[in-house]
Amino acid sequence: MASGAQIGAAQLEAREELEQFHSGNEAAFETLFRRHQRAVYGWILRIVRDPGVAEDLTIETFFRIHRAHARFDPARGFEPWARRIATHAALDWMRAQRPETATADEILVTVPAPREADPALTAEVRHRIALALGRLPPKLRVAALLAVVEERPQKEVADALGITIAAVKLRVFRAMRRLRTDLEHQGIRP
Amino acid sequence: MKNKGTGNREQGTESLEMLVRRAIPRIDNDPEPPHDLWPALQARLNAQAPLSARLRSVPWFDWALAAGLAVFALTFPAAVPMLLYYL
Repeated sequence: MASGAQIGAAQLEAREELEQFHSGNEAAFETLFRRHQRAVYGWILRIVRDPGVAEDLTIETFFRIHRAHARFDPARGFEPWARRIATHAALDWMRAQRPETATADEILVTVPAPREADPALTAEVRHRIALALGRLPPKLRVAALLAVVEERPQKEVADALGITIAAVKLRVFRAMRRLRTDLEHQGIRP
Repeated sequence: MKNKGTGNREQGTESLEMLVRRAIPRIDNDPEPPHDLWPALQARLNAQAPLSARLRSVPWFDWALAAGLAVFALTFPAAVPMLLYYL
């Protein structure tokens, strides 16, 4: 079991690493990349639901992180900052796509470790729900995916989007309202 | 106190959220990227680096070789066509 002194030393080392990254040290950047690439990739995958796109956006995110090293505040931690940059990279990608290109297959992504969808729902209903979700404007879709599908804490979603918790709630509410209207047009009543 | 309409609306939102959760699989653990992304990131960083940074990344012996060739060309200009012929 790690002693208090060991934990203190590890924290000090991590803090030093963040300071080094902040001052432009390439080795510190590579260490941070190796430590956080999985978390960043996972976060992006939850938003874009496409492993190939998530890979590209992970690279884009760390590219932006590298460029912005001087603006990084080591006192505020790396992960929330990286999540915010990743979320904006994903949003930029979504905005560059036409809404109808977000396919149901992307939303119903088949990656290792997703939970099984409810077998009581028919494939057709799942497909329609995924399509309706894909038709939401990017800002609302991201909020709905993170807060509703992934059930991430609202504070985490708010930090990632750079908005308040109240604004997250509002986006989720608006997303659900649009989704309901869309599904009702397709004859699906929740 | 919530009025009846608000209560119904909240209930409706909850049931819709539940339906969405049942339909769309959640990604529970952070999945590992299919391969190491560091080489691709490095290539991206190198491609986007300013010219001065790219010049700094050229190994010193390449600079020494280029300098040696320049000195040779200036000292023996007549040898340059022959050198080019043999390249």
